[in-house]
Amino acid sequence: MNTTIMLFLVQDGITNGAIYALLGLALVLVFAVTRVILIPQGEFVTYGALTYASLAAGQMPGTAKLALALGIGAFAFDLFEARKALHGRLVVRSFIANVVLPAIVLALTLSLAAQKPPVAICIALSLVIVAMIGLYLYRVAFQPLAHTSVLVLLIASVGVHLALQGLGLLFFGAEGQRGPAVLSGAFTAGALRFTGQSIAVYAITIAFIVALWLFFGLTLYGKALRATAVNRLGARLAGIRTTLSGQIAFLLASVIGALSGILIVPITTLYYDSGFLIGLKGFVAAIIGGLVSYPLTAVAALVVGIVEAFSSFYASNYKEVIVFMLLIPVLLLRSLAAPAVEEEKD
Amino acid sequence: MQSRLPILVFAILMAAIPFIPGVPPFWIVLLDNIGLAALVAMGLVLLTGVGGLTSFGQAAFVGFGAYTTAVLSTGYGLSPWLTLPLSLVVSGSLAVLLGLITVRLSGHYLPLGTLAWGLGLFYLFSKLEFLGRNDGISAIPPLSIGTFKMLSPGSIYYAIWIAVVLSALLTMNLLDSRTGRAIRALRRGHVAAEAFGVHTPRAKLLVFIHAAVLAGLSGWLYAHLQRAVNPTPFGAQAGIEYLFIAVVGGAGYVWGGVLGAAIVVVLKEVLQSYLPLILPGSGQVETIVFGIMLVALLQLAPGGLWPWLMSFFPEATRGKKPDTSLKLEHRARAPAEAGVLLQVEKARKQFGGVVAVNNVSFDVQAREIVALIGPNGAGKSTTFNLITGVLSATSGSISVLGRKVDNAPPQEIVKLGISRTFQHVKLVPDMTVLENVAIGAHLRGHSGPVSSMLRLDRTDEAKLLAEAARQIERVGLTEQMHQLAGSLSLGQQRIVEIARALCVDPMLLLLDEPAAGLRHMEKQRLAALLRELRDGGMSVLLVEHDMGFVMNLADRIVVLDFGTKIAEGTPATIKTNPEVIKAYLGVAA
Repeated sequence: MNTTIMLFLVQDGITNGAIYALLGLALVLVFAVTRVILIPQGEFVTYGALTYASLAAGQMPGTAKLALALGIGAFAFDLFEARKALHGRLVVRSFIANVVLPAIVLALTLSLAAQKPPVAICIALSLVIVAMIGLYLYRVAFQPLAHTSVLVLLIASVGVHLALQGLGLLFFGAEGQRGPAVLSGAFTAGALRFTGQSIAVYAITIAFIVALWLFFGLTLYGKALRATAVNRLGARLAGIRTTLSGQIAFLLASVIGALSGILIVPITTLYYDSGFLIGLKGFVAAIIGGLVSYPLTAVAALVVGIVEAFSSFYASNYKEVIVFMLLIPVLLLRSLAAPAVEEEKD
Repeated sequence: MQSRLPILVFAILMAAIPFIPGVPPFWIVLLDNIGLAALVAMGLVLLTGVGGLTSFGQAAFVGFGAYTTAVLSTGYGLSPWLTLPLSLVVSGSLAVLLGLITVRLSGHYLPLGTLAWGLGLFYLFSKLEFLGRNDGISAIPPLSIGTFKMLSPGSIYYAIWIAVVLSALLTMNLLDSRTGRAIRALRRGHVAAEAFGVHTPRAKLLVFIHAAVLAGLSGWLYAHLQRAVNPTPFGAQAGIEYLFIAVVGGAGYVWGGVLGAAIVVVLKEVLQSYLPLILPGSGQVETIVFGIMLVALLQLAPGGLWPWLMSFFPEATRGKKPDTSLKLEHRARAPAEAGVLLQVEKARKQFGGVVAVNNVSFDVQAREIVALIGPNGAGKSTTFNLITGVLSATSGSISVLGRKVDNAPPQEIVKLGISRTFQHVKLVPDMTVLENVAIGAHLRGHSGPVSSMLRLDRTDEAKLLAEAARQIERVGLTEQMHQLAGSLSLGQQRIVEIARALCVDPMLLLLDEPAAGLRHMEKQRLAALLRELRDGGMSVLLVEHDMGFVMNLADRIVVLDFGTKIAEGTPATIKTNPEVIKAYLGVAA
């Protein structure tokens, strides 16, 4: 085996693994707080990526309209839920958060899209749009189901995935897209060539992991989220609004998803349905991490990325088989190491 | 036990449909597809809805069934009827293999694990040379009887629906049996089931195999309906779709699987054919609408549509009282069940740095009621868990009838004739009192899953139910026999637990706070019952906080405080023991 090839594969694996790590973290976060296994995470990735690519190409992305439509839906759900005790302040607040905000963003997107805005503005707009979609999606699809079983939430999550994927085709067409690099330029160190893009991937992943760690360790909201994850009822009794926790979790997940998408779309061509598989690899990492541990998930994601890189070099036909079968020995070890504990299910 | 009449009506109705003049042939195709999906969904109902094991991987088992018959009938010219058992065996044995790995996973690892191997197998199907890679295998021979070839969707229709109705019958038979009760107890955690001898990993593996075989059957039929297979219908998307068919229909109900299949298949068809007329445009508008409708459906009926539909029908008449004249054989007894039944010697249990039970020794003699008392956190329930094998002791030994049983699993302890109740009631709330109590007699029955499915277990089953009914009568809950256990008051549920423990035919009964939540009269009745049991030759070890109850009932009392035994003696001596008074009331008293 050639050292150069090996180093190259490791580098490639780490770049992909960093993305999987981000997605794995988001999945763990959402699952821990809301018990939703977030299959649409992949759609957040493609929406982020394709919105960014469309904007950079001077096209109007349909996701901005979707955000407004979902916002109106969320507003309607808020009104319906509070119909017995409707008071002005609540209505106004909900109206501003759910209707006015996405309307402003839509207007902004409409006016900016045609002029091919600079990369930074494209990134900011894409992140805001997808973040709003994630937030309103929780309100419309998952908040009414918050009391049901993991299984029902999972199926609802599949429904959302299907709808979003269909909408993705509608917005972006069947053609794949690529976006401009977030960070251009490159340098070489020994035999390896580092592009600005891959540096951006590493930097942002590390920054995000540190930021999440600080958020959960030091802020009150972060602690509230952790409390919700451990025990919903207990958290509510302590005065934590579990719906707020859910909203924050979805907001973070959609931002992380969109960011991952923006980071990979300059490297690989993405299609409207690419997100599912990317999200699933984040899943593999999250499962290896046991759906609870952030650092373990990050490490597992790097392993997944590297295994993928090596298997696509040596046995490209069986790349996906190998990645997903990677789980079996891990699961086996986990079940041998920790005998099943008693759990009361609903 | 449900009546067979509706199933008969359903079967006749389905048989008549192709003969109704004017039925479009396309409907028959839809019904074929519904039947195929219903078979898989039915397996998932048992696996997920009843057994609590969520699987995304069922599409892979459909693939095993389909590919087995495709390879054997095209490559080796085997008759499709010969490949049927082979398809089922292949899906079943691969289920054993995958099941051994995955069913031990707890909680959410399981569904995700199945998703992972579901995906992996899909890619394997599409890459393997002898399975035709992405193109799959075509020119599969049709099913035929003599010279009659089932070439049209209308002719294979009967094969599919006979398979559906038979599978539904077998599945319902299985659920309504000794094995079925063990399966239905799985969803509520395994401690209670194991305390009565159920081998839970084996029960989980069993439902896993059952679901896989049904999926394999569906795959076999699919291959001969389409007469070609390719990897697409066996991917993760399909696996997810089967799961939501089961959930939409009502994941806990066999017929929910069939209903769910009908809804999803018809809905998709309607959306695909009519939506483009209403909303012309590019893209998968039907997928979008389908996804939205799925979420809306779940928000309106989170339990699925079958229970919602059934709530419009009058409640079915409750089951009849079992014939209590039938006698169940006694538990196989050790030669001498006399003298010292249970000997606990220096038992110690540490959780990290916490010593929950600190070198506690005591014994229980034959025909004796011993009470274990102590303030909260004294280690009483932990001691129970050590005796019954739920926890293994850090050191010390526990002997039953003079033989050491250190670290034996709960299933072995119950075989020795030690049965228990739980401090936190562990009944299956959606099973009747009778069925819950019958789980107690699990080890005294012998019928396996196959004989249950074929209804060869009826004499054994009748005896089990008779024994359960006798014990319910003994504890005075005959009125509530056919009510759901979850609908009883907490005090009554504790009594149901006692009846369940009595079904073991025990020599020693371990009761964890049996009187909590009981009214005064009920406590007196319970005390009378326990005395009667003792006089009949049984011993009782009980943990209880109600001092009046304990002092009037127990022959001997063992007092624990902070995991350590501080006193032992008759109620009279314990009442005046200064150590005990100090533990309960503090030093000043």
